[in-house]
Amino acid sequence: MAKVAVVGAGMTRFVRRAQETGRELSWQAAKMALDAAGLRLKDVDAVVIGSAPDAFDGVHMKGEYLADGSGGWCKPTLRCYVGGGTGVFAPIQAWYHIASGRFDTVLVVCEEKMSSCHPHPQGAFLTIFDHTTERALGPNLLWIFALEMNRYMTVHGITKREIAEVAVKNKRNALDHPCAQLGANLTVDDVLASEELAWPVNRLDVSPASDGAAAVVMCSEHVAKRTSPQPVWLEGVGWHLDTAYWTNRDLYYPQYLEYAARMAYDMAGIKEPRKEIHIVEPYDPFDYKELHHLEGLLLCKRGEAARLTVDGVTQRDGDLPVCPSGGLLGVGNPIAAAGLMKVCELFWQLRGEAGKRQVPGMPRRGLAQAWGDLMQVGTVVIMGI
Amino acid sequence: MTVNIKQWPGTALATRDLEQGHVLTVKYKPRAEYAWDAGVAIARYLEELKAGRLIARSCKQCDRILIPPRMFCEECFRPTDSWVYVEDTGTVNTFSICHVRWDVVRLDQPQLPAVIHVDGASPGMGILHLLGEVAPEEVYIGMKVKAVWEEASRRQGSITDIRHWKPWKEE
Amino acid sequence: MLSKLTTSAQTRQWPGHIPVEYVYTAGIAGEAFLRALKDRGMLLTSQCPQCQTVYLPARLYCEQCFEETKQYEEIAPKGWVHTYTVAHVDIDGEALAVPQIYAFIRFGGTNGGLIHRLGQTQPHQVSIGMEVEALLLPGKERTGSINDITCFQPTK
Repeated sequence: MAKVAVVGAGMTRFVRRAQETGRELSWQAAKMALDAAGLRLKDVDAVVIGSAPDAFDGVHMKGEYLADGSGGWCKPTLRCYVGGGTGVFAPIQAWYHIASGRFDTVLVVCEEKMSSCHPHPQGAFLTIFDHTTERALGPNLLWIFALEMNRYMTVHGITKREIAEVAVKNKRNALDHPCAQLGANLTVDDVLASEELAWPVNRLDVSPASDGAAAVVMCSEHVAKRTSPQPVWLEGVGWHLDTAYWTNRDLYYPQYLEYAARMAYDMAGIKEPRKEIHIVEPYDPFDYKELHHLEGLLLCKRGEAARLTVDGVTQRDGDLPVCPSGGLLGVGNPIAAAGLMKVCELFWQLRGEAGKRQVPGMPRRGLAQAWGDLMQVGTVVIMGI
Repeated sequence: MTVNIKQWPGTALATRDLEQGHVLTVKYKPRAEYAWDAGVAIARYLEELKAGRLIARSCKQCDRILIPPRMFCEECFRPTDSWVYVEDTGTVNTFSICHVRWDVVRLDQPQLPAVIHVDGASPGMGILHLLGEVAPEEVYIGMKVKAVWEEASRRQGSITDIRHWKPWKEE
Repeated sequence: MLSKLTTSAQTRQWPGHIPVEYVYTAGIAGEAFLRALKDRGMLLTSQCPQCQTVYLPARLYCEQCFEETKQYEEIAPKGWVHTYTVAHVDIDGEALAVPQIYAFIRFGGTNGGLIHRLGQTQPHQVSIGMEVEALLLPGKERTGSINDITCFQPTK
């Protein structure tokens, strides 16, 4: 299969409210990624835009709206959307643009401006519940996560205290990220003492609503070798859906992700993921989701991820660093941009450019993952040098 | 290159910047009103709810009884075969104790949303509903529950024709 | 097939809405554009340092070169009708008491333009190429909105 590389990355600060419009945020991130790659817009053959529901920004046909700021002027341009999974799905779209042989250089831009949406961005998301059989009950998006977290905790006998370690770790890691919205030095007790929203979910178990954009430049092998001193290769991609009847599957285990991960591992020739993956950026909109996803990624046994966290294995200097960026819990969660931020992080980490966030030991391979749609899509990329 | 970038773009605003007009804004409220068709399977589901019954569909290829009912089996990708009444009892598969509305306004009384596996349907077939007539701290996963129906004259053909599900002991 | 399965199903609809409203910021360039309109009654443009394109309204970046458009300049709100339409019904399809003229107005030396109302004229008097100027609200009544321009009217 044709090789595809990431050769540049950029992002804006993630903030609760940005003054910039969505197109301006997109341009800021895209321009940074191109500059980092030493390329100009005229070198770009095609553009992939990733953005979550139009109803967040309050702009219909957001792909078209964001196109000029994403470099899509007079170019083949595509917008993709699989809910929260979008940020990692977008580079997968660029991968097959390039792997097909049709394009050499693709600019990938993900943006979200959730602050436009009042009184709360959740209002735009209530339609993920079935309009007839579920919305009549007056549901709340938190229900889904709380129901899943409870099921996960109960099946494995995991405590809220253990899960809170994830929020503590990620918010602390985010203190070293110059774009982070919610970096903080907290204790497990702080998390447990924060407002209970929907048991077992407390406020500090949840990532914030954010504005921001992120971008990467991806190239074919011959362009990457000519233009980049250190390309980071896309070694594997995977994506998968489970049933949209979410009350008909057992929420304790993310089966959708196991399938996506197996697809990516197979492509990358990975037999023992726990040994062959050196950095993981799993999707962590809630702290329990990081654990849930580590299990779905087959990086530990089912029910074992909490133990790894408590034992410090997933710290930046641990044996399996997880969310060294600070994740969605710490850096922020402008939906699609947050997923692509994880891909940017791997790019910087694998090139040894992550500064204070740098994972020691010269990591050579990392995995980024996102999750979304009706909570049943998993998207995975594996990157290596 | 992350270590070389000193200034990251993105201009953060505080709530007061908007409230006090430090920056210019435009407000817009779309009239996003809908009338969603219930569809074939759910129209029948609602009719049966009005009659005080829960109904499912069966697929004879995978031998499953599916609730909520659907006219096609998404696993076998073929039409489902027949209507099957199921019980109005079930088991709590998972639950939450929710203190806030969707816009994060605090509720006076917590809600108890749950996924309830319905007796008579295939294993794992759950629906979303609410628990009631139970103290939050007494709810547990695996608890048996029974539907509490709205009075017949007040049922509308809605999922809310079941008021909630209450703890129940098998006879 | 379906007719066999739906013996007694009625057409059922379920009403609902999406409970959202929006507060949009004007953005970096948009803020500067609206401030110029509010404070000085002028239209702000920005120029690309590379391809020299002058954008109206001002933008933060050039979509063609991807450079920041740093050179800002104000021009008087006088232009010409590039194209126009006459609306006879409102957004719900109800007849308007008075037809409303909407025009795309362009300005000399710039790329872009404004969509706005045409006033102080009648539909049969409007023509493509007609010179128009902004009728502005008095300074104190302006809020920093595109509606600080009441309408464009034929140049006197």
